[in-house]
Amino acid sequence: MSAASTAEPAFVAKTKTGRFTDFVDARVGGSGILREFGRKVFPDHWSFMFGEVALYSFVILLLSGTFLTFFFDPSMAETHYDGSYVPLKGVEMSVAYNSSLDISFDVRGGLFMRQVHHWAALLFVASIAVHMLRVFFTGAFRKPREMNWVVGGVLLILAMAAGFTGYSLPDDLLSGNGLRIIDGVIKSIPIVGTYISFFLFGGEFPGTAIIGRLYMLHILLVPALILLMIVLHLFMVVVHKHTQYPGPGRNDNNVVGYPLGPVYAAKAGGFFFIVFGVLALMAGFFTINPIWNYGPYDPSPVSAGTQPDWYIGFVDGALRLMPGTLGDWQVEQVWFGYVFSFNVLLPALVPAGILFTVMFMYPWIERWITKDDREHHVLDRPRNAPTRTAIGMAGFVWYCVMWAAAGSDLIATHFGVSLNDVTYWLRTLFIIGPIIAFIVTKRVALALQRKDREIALHGRETGRIVRLPHGEFIEVHAPLDEYKRYRLVGFESPEVLPAVPNEHGVVTRKEKRRAFLSRWFFEDRVAPATPAELEAAHGHGHAAVEAPEEAKSLSH
Amino acid sequence: MGNHSDGSPNHSGTVATAGQNEVEKFQDPGLPPHRLRLADTDPKAAKRAERQVALLFGISVVGTLIFLVAYFAIDLGPGESTIGNIRLQNMLLGLGTAFAMLGIGTGIVHWAKALMPDHEVSEERHAIRYEEDRQAAVRIVDDIVEETGIKRRPLIRNTLLGAVALAPLPAVAIFGDLGPRPDNKLAHTMWAPTDGRLKRLARDPDGTPIKASDVTIGSAFHVIPEGLNELVEGKLNEKAKAVVLLMRLDPDSLNPSAGREDWGYNGIVAYSKICTHVGCPVALYEQQTHHLLCPCHQSTFDLTQECKVIFGPASRPLPQLPIAVDDEGYLVATSDFKEPVGPSYWERDMHERSINS
Repeated sequence: MSAASTAEPAFVAKTKTGRFTDFVDARVGGSGILREFGRKVFPDHWSFMFGEVALYSFVILLLSGTFLTFFFDPSMAETHYDGSYVPLKGVEMSVAYNSSLDISFDVRGGLFMRQVHHWAALLFVASIAVHMLRVFFTGAFRKPREMNWVVGGVLLILAMAAGFTGYSLPDDLLSGNGLRIIDGVIKSIPIVGTYISFFLFGGEFPGTAIIGRLYMLHILLVPALILLMIVLHLFMVVVHKHTQYPGPGRNDNNVVGYPLGPVYAAKAGGFFFIVFGVLALMAGFFTINPIWNYGPYDPSPVSAGTQPDWYIGFVDGALRLMPGTLGDWQVEQVWFGYVFSFNVLLPALVPAGILFTVMFMYPWIERWITKDDREHHVLDRPRNAPTRTAIGMAGFVWYCVMWAAAGSDLIATHFGVSLNDVTYWLRTLFIIGPIIAFIVTKRVALALQRKDREIALHGRETGRIVRLPHGEFIEVHAPLDEYKRYRLVGFESPEVLPAVPNEHGVVTRKEKRRAFLSRWFFEDRVAPATPAELEAAHGHGHAAVEAPEEAKSLSH
Repeated sequence: MGNHSDGSPNHSGTVATAGQNEVEKFQDPGLPPHRLRLADTDPKAAKRAERQVALLFGISVVGTLIFLVAYFAIDLGPGESTIGNIRLQNMLLGLGTAFAMLGIGTGIVHWAKALMPDHEVSEERHAIRYEEDRQAAVRIVDDIVEETGIKRRPLIRNTLLGAVALAPLPAVAIFGDLGPRPDNKLAHTMWAPTDGRLKRLARDPDGTPIKASDVTIGSAFHVIPEGLNELVEGKLNEKAKAVVLLMRLDPDSLNPSAGREDWGYNGIVAYSKICTHVGCPVALYEQQTHHLLCPCHQSTFDLTQECKVIFGPASRPLPQLPIAVDDEGYLVATSDFKEPVGPSYWERDMHERSINS
């Protein structure tokens, strides 16, 4: 020890900041962390910002939400309004609604903070959704990131839960009707539904307990869970390091990008302020949830064109699409003296259940079909995974049909068409929309791949028409440089994996199913262009773009 | 940042063969050559970028000032809190915050993009797990399990499992007082006669009773039971079950089924306003078609067929409230609803049978 200390004298900081930093470092060991992360490389792409938007929206939600808690009172006791908003003067209402009005009209900046909070909530769920679409369509969920995909899915559900519990707090007419719908859905649950409803509302709907209970969930339990999940999510991002888009110099063994300090940190940090600024603009100029127009909750009135916040829309739309009667046959059934409200249960649970189950399981489904156990750090361009992209689009269209159905009445009034026809059309699209989306997407992806091949082999069209000495006109194609070409050819195109017998020499039924799905996935494929093909294309002038048959097996 | 793939005339070896059985693939040419930005080569451009960043930060300061002025100069005291004032203040607070935040944000990003090094670097990825670590971890876990002796002493293991499995039960049971038991509360409403006195139909929300002569053909009334507004506790709970729509049609267009002939009066009929789907108020009366429409999910009920569902997600007709006219000409409910109102629930059919027995 003494020998070492004589060889290397102890570090003495020279500046004040240096001494302070050294004091902290010597006690918590920060230099090791800084050494590890200070120059950590992050790939850069605009589509990587959606997750950041979600994170920053959440921070803004915490900031604006904390402000709101100082003024909001979640009591459902009755009071008479005596604030500044004249049209509601003297109206009987709950203390919660009263304090929400006070925040809007009698607390300076209160309306601004309410609107920042609500816009940020909408943006939070939206950015999570778009982030998940990006992750899905680029294949970022593959090994080793499957668990982080699940954590992300849980975050989406929690974000929706946070949104809904917050939406109901002002106890206005609109959100009260939303709670009424939730109560109706809960009551349709077999056996325990009535009990859950009574336990949630502290008795009959609406009771005097629900706002206080939702408030606790909204400001404590759900945000704590979200925070926990965010920590897990980011921890895994650090462990895995970020994925990167394919391109020259990028492969599964490296990560290409900017070092955390200073460029990436500056861009990411600056982006927080940009998100905040955009939300502030929206809150300053666009009204969101004008609760003073709706009035206090009352079980009798309802406004036409009632809409939930956008992320609940798909469930509400599914409720609208389900027919309650087929001719004279009631979808609701009484069996053994008990009621099965299939007209409520099925649309409330089944579509959301299918969407989330497939979403959570998809990484394992694809891994099973492809038997691909390698780590993937380079993303797929969506066109280079046609079947996955088509599956994603089918699910996305299905979701969007349900979401549009939540506005069926507004579609009917805005376009002057029959409400019933809108519903019939949407019911049809609910069934065939995803199928059409699947077929169209897959064909478009394959066509884009063929275009990539064409460009890789023959170069870019220059638009320059040249007349040859013997009179022929040709358009000059400019060859790509090798970096651009590599972007078009540097991808994997998996082939169909036929069923193979297990160790007992038996081809199991499961393996047959897997082989069937593998064929469904990869039967139609466009192989990346090869150097030999490029050679041939140059050698024979304008020879076929198509590869020789053994190299690829495009079905059309 | 720089698009490195542009303009790189130099070619390196493009062909590589990955394996004997595989088709040759293009070889990764590696990272494209770095291209310098204007600010890297021209000190003037760098200086210009520096001034732009400083200007953006300056805009942020202006934004903060706008916010503070808007906050302190516009007061929301009594008499001041007009819609115009609030709108102006809200707009200026938004504008100020937006400038303050966007100034900082765009300034930093511009700084990073124009002046900080934009050279992309490549870093090796490391294995997430090393085989050596895995084996060490397995040994450690084995040792831990061995030292507890849990495999050798099944008595300890089984009793522990039993105890741990039962221990969370109190945590579930302790929520038993979140709400009362439902019993048959959902089966009854305020319309049931109290002490033999029939309840009058009153207007929502003021509570004045309705005379049969007030109800002209084609008109519709939103109705609550008399005495609802005087309730001290549970007013909304009662209202959520008891609200009724009252309409008068040409008596010939109504087709009452057997047993319901005397539930209306002179073409006046009353139906529960609570949708049998998920409980929204069925608030839209289409006078010409005699349809009732729920604005939440568009369930449509036909008044001339005793509010049978003709469209939408509801399954059951709206419950009818039997009404008559009392000595003074006011409409009264002759009894409570003959079935539970509102959305279906598990015990609903049981309750309906017990009401009618």
